Amino acid sequence: MLRYLAKRLSYYAVLLIAAVFLAYAISATALQPRTYFEAKVPRPSVSSVERQLTALNLNDRTPVVERFGHWAGGLLHGDLGRTIHDTPVTDDFGRRVWVSLRLLLLGSVLGMVLGVAVGAWSAVRQYRISDRLLTVLSFVLLSTPVFLVALFLKNGAIAAKDAAGHEVVPFTGYETPGLTGGLGAHLADWALHLLLPTISLALGGLATYSRYQRGTMLDVLGSDYLRTAEAKGLTRGRALLKHGLRTAVIPMSTMFAYSFLGIFTGAIFTETIFGWHGMGEWLIKSINEQDVNSVVAINLFTAAVVLASGFLADTLHAALDPRVRS
Amino acid sequence: MTTPIPTEKRPRPAGRGRLVLSRLLAARGAVVGAVLVLLLFALAFGGPYLTPWDYATPDFSALHQPPSAEHLFGTNGVGQDVFAQTVRGLQKSLVIGLLVALFSTLLASVVGACAGYFGGWTDRALMFLVDLLLVFPAFLVITIVSARLKSAGWIAFVLLLALFNWMITARVVRSMTISLREREFVRAARFMGVRPLRIISRHILPNVASFLIIDATIAVGGAVMSETALSYFGFGVKPPDVSLGTLLAAGTGDAPVFPWLFYFAAALLVLFVLAVNLIGDGLRDALDPTSGASPRRSPRRKRRP
Repeated sequence: MLRYLAKRLSYYAVLLIAAVFLAYAISATALQPRTYFEAKVPRPSVSSVERQLTALNLNDRTPVVERFGHWAGGLLHGDLGRTIHDTPVTDDFGRRVWVSLRLLLLGSVLGMVLGVAVGAWSAVRQYRISDRLLTVLSFVLLSTPVFLVALFLKNGAIAAKDAAGHEVVPFTGYETPGLTGGLGAHLADWALHLLLPTISLALGGLATYSRYQRGTMLDVLGSDYLRTAEAKGLTRGRALLKHGLRTAVIPMSTMFAYSFLGIFTGAIFTETIFGWHGMGEWLIKSINEQDVNSVVAINLFTAAVVLASGFLADTLHAALDPRVRS
Repeated sequence: MTTPIPTEKRPRPAGRGRLVLSRLLAARGAVVGAVLVLLLFALAFGGPYLTPWDYATPDFSALHQPPSAEHLFGTNGVGQDVFAQTVRGLQKSLVIGLLVALFSTLLASVVGACAGYFGGWTDRALMFLVDLLLVFPAFLVITIVSARLKSAGWIAFVLLLALFNWMITARVVRSMTISLREREFVRAARFMGVRPLRIISRHILPNVASFLIIDATIAVGGAVMSETALSYFGFGVKPPDVSLGTLLAAGTGDAPVFPWLFYFAAALLVLFVLAVNLIGDGLRDALDPTSGASPRRSPRRKRRP
């Protein structure tokens, strides 16, 4: 098993290096930091633009490979380079990563847990009214892009505010600026701000997972071992929970691991729409500012998370299924 | 191929096409979806003739007007007819969705079939490419590159979307090809000296066609969703071109006050993707004999009321 995992790990390492290099090459050639500096008012002199670009390792007259080498050398010391405003990228990264993770973790875990629960319940009640309603609902949700869900929620919150005369649910930012009070007040404030963005992220996952979970659960429901479990005296509910759901969740585990990219893409929209200063909003901002080093840092982050979750899925799979190891 | 020896006249058994069609018609969702898609296409391409207004020409006597007989979906802040704009945007989004699904499915079938059929280093190299593109957030690359493609217009955008939309399909095609490769008819063709590319096009691809059709259908919906999302943020279709995404972007700020600027486009978007998904789901049941949801196979299924 260790050999199998080591093999996977080295493959992922190669993949990560290739992906990061590709990301660097694309960002460094497609984005144009030079125009960003040249567009400044008053217009800086040619030599000063040149000097600034070189200092930030953004000069497009240096070959890409050389710039990448410089950047990778810094990375080995935990340095992600400097932003276009000449601040360390790691500062932004460190601040924004927690904002995003809060949203990403909560949104994806909620989507998973609720999706599995709804899917399993729906399968048990196949073709009853509740199953049909849930099917229709999940189809509608699957057909609504995340940004549209977020916009609907935000418009709803604005309408509620206009109707009530004061803000019912906050729809901008992740905390009330200048809030006084103890830890409890701060936590409540955080939770309230998390509400709408989390819902908008979780709904998509919920719809997808519930469809798949319903499918895998239906396969399990007709199985012999479930009948056996009931025959030996388990109640229907206990048999479903202990033998049915447990088996039906296994095929989903790989899906959870690889869903990260989709959730991150969703978070880009959610963060931008709800004014969260997280990784997703940072991406849009740095692309518009031609900020190569920040864009590459975000790329590095997503690639690393995707591969880490892929490795986790491999480990889990190998632990559960002995055939994989050989 | 040998021609079957004609025996006495017998009623022809139902062909596969008939079977699939009858199963499809039995699935109510798929029928509803197909009707909806047809209606939306009719609206997208016939709609411009229903209104005297052009999508770009402003009517200065009607600014921010709610829907009326003159302007079916109302007007926006500069007096442009929202119905004309929505219809035009729907048209663009539909065309983009269809083209992206077509290109990405083509790419996926070629790459997947080649990787599966040739195996060895071809397989390894192509699968590395697939993994590499899967690690990359497609959104990220599209947003970075799209700024440089402004002049190339929406066709370049279609190609870009297709380029990041084929990987998972290719993986499935690959694994299907690997098992097909060992089947007798493929072996027979190989031993007869048929060239590999011909085997792939004549024997492999027709056998994965069901999967490809289902996948392409669902890809249309996905492509339209990506298109609108990217256009919403200004990375896809760009003004003066209109798509559902640019309309949503323009209307979202005013949505609480002037809802017609936002909700018509939003509703049409959801309706179209929903219809496509319903067709895809129905097709899966009709074409895929292993899917448990097919009416005749599932003993668990109760009679419809």
